[in-house]
Amino acid sequence: MDAVFRNKRISGILAVLPETESYFDDEIGNYDFPEKQTKRLKKVMGFNKHRLAKDSSTASDFCVEGLNYLLNNGKVRREEIGAVIVVGLSPDYFLPQMSNIIHGKCDLPQDVLCIDMPQGCCGFLLGLMESFMLLDYMKDKKVVLFNSDILSHKVSKHDRNDFPLVGDVTTVTIVENDPEGEEIIFRLMADGANRDCLKIPAGGFAMPSSAETAEMVAADDGNKRCLDNLHMNGAEVFNFVQREVPPMLEDLFKSYGVEQEKIDYYLFHQPNKFMLQKLADKLNVPYEKLFMNVVENYGNPSGASIPTVITHNLKQEMTEKTYYCCLSAFGSGLTWGAIVMQLGKMDFCKEIETKL
Amino acid sequence: MEEIYKILKDLRPEFDFTESEDFVEDGFLDSFDIISLVSTIEEKFNVKIDGLDVVPENFCSAEAIIALIRKSGGTI
Repeated sequence: MDAVFRNKRISGILAVLPETESYFDDEIGNYDFPEKQTKRLKKVMGFNKHRLAKDSSTASDFCVEGLNYLLNNGKVRREEIGAVIVVGLSPDYFLPQMSNIIHGKCDLPQDVLCIDMPQGCCGFLLGLMESFMLLDYMKDKKVVLFNSDILSHKVSKHDRNDFPLVGDVTTVTIVENDPEGEEIIFRLMADGANRDCLKIPAGGFAMPSSAETAEMVAADDGNKRCLDNLHMNGAEVFNFVQREVPPMLEDLFKSYGVEQEKIDYYLFHQPNKFMLQKLADKLNVPYEKLFMNVVENYGNPSGASIPTVITHNLKQEMTEKTYYCCLSAFGSGLTWGAIVMQLGKMDFCKEIETKL
Repeated sequence: MEEIYKILKDLRPEFDFTESEDFVEDGFLDSFDIISLVSTIEEKFNVKIDGLDVVPENFCSAEAIIALIRKSGGTI
């Protein structure tokens, strides 16, 4: 799907980080692979440390902490909020929905629209699309977009393919109307035929969690995981990204007359350093324009990757100037897409650390 | 050829790659080994391997790896 939006802007981004940092070097002993072989991946994939939520913390805890921070610090007022959108794959419950939990805990007015959207890696793109569409009916109100996942709770600590990659970050993004806002180009693609490349097999209605689904088994790839755990077919996902993302972006630029040399930053989803280097090479993008440092500092924060790239690398710049940016994400679904838009002159762009 | 076997031996010393007809099928190289191998090859032969070429068939034998290095502009 393609869409063009006008007169919208992102006026603030807050990243909410758990205080716990876990280091790749300390986790190597958890994996049934030779240490030397595993250590090689540190440099190539960008593994270093990742942020992990406590076992008792839920995704809504991070969302509530983030919104309360913004409310208490005057970054947004309750009466300005027209909608709350929560994008993620780590709901607290099947019922009630996340957006209503946040609505209640943050004491929001009754006319605030609450929406949950289950989406993984492309969650920021999808959330922005929904925000832009809603804002056409909201005039002076703002949309609060949450991208929140705690996927570390769903990955086996004995799975070298998946555990070093995950990172728990929640972002809160304020989206609003702007009469001077320039054209925003949006595209999102899907390939449901290959949906099993990223999967948590058990825990839904198709396969409820049980003692059997919790049983850890040695997989063919040498890792230990159970059916309650997330598993990614890394090779298939890598090939999908290299095959689909560069031509999608090249076609998007061509179709909408985007001059690639005018793009200041490529703010991409953060799966790992190797994949991003290969994408940058294919797109002829200099590495300094395409940040690849989120995995080494936080892990891959799923749908919160793009806003985390921004808060980590451009927190000062984004409050001072405006930049022409290409946002792109790819992953679970399979889903891939991009947004080309001006970003900057934000009211706030920062990270906070919590005890969650 | 010897150079490639040396790199492979360094990567997975527990296997005798000269005895294998398909490194991937035989389980000598997994997807993460291939990524490590790409990184080593790029450094050693001063080449950039296209992301679309990072597929098992280009790493299943020493001959396939040599062909990939040459395709990527390297000399071996």
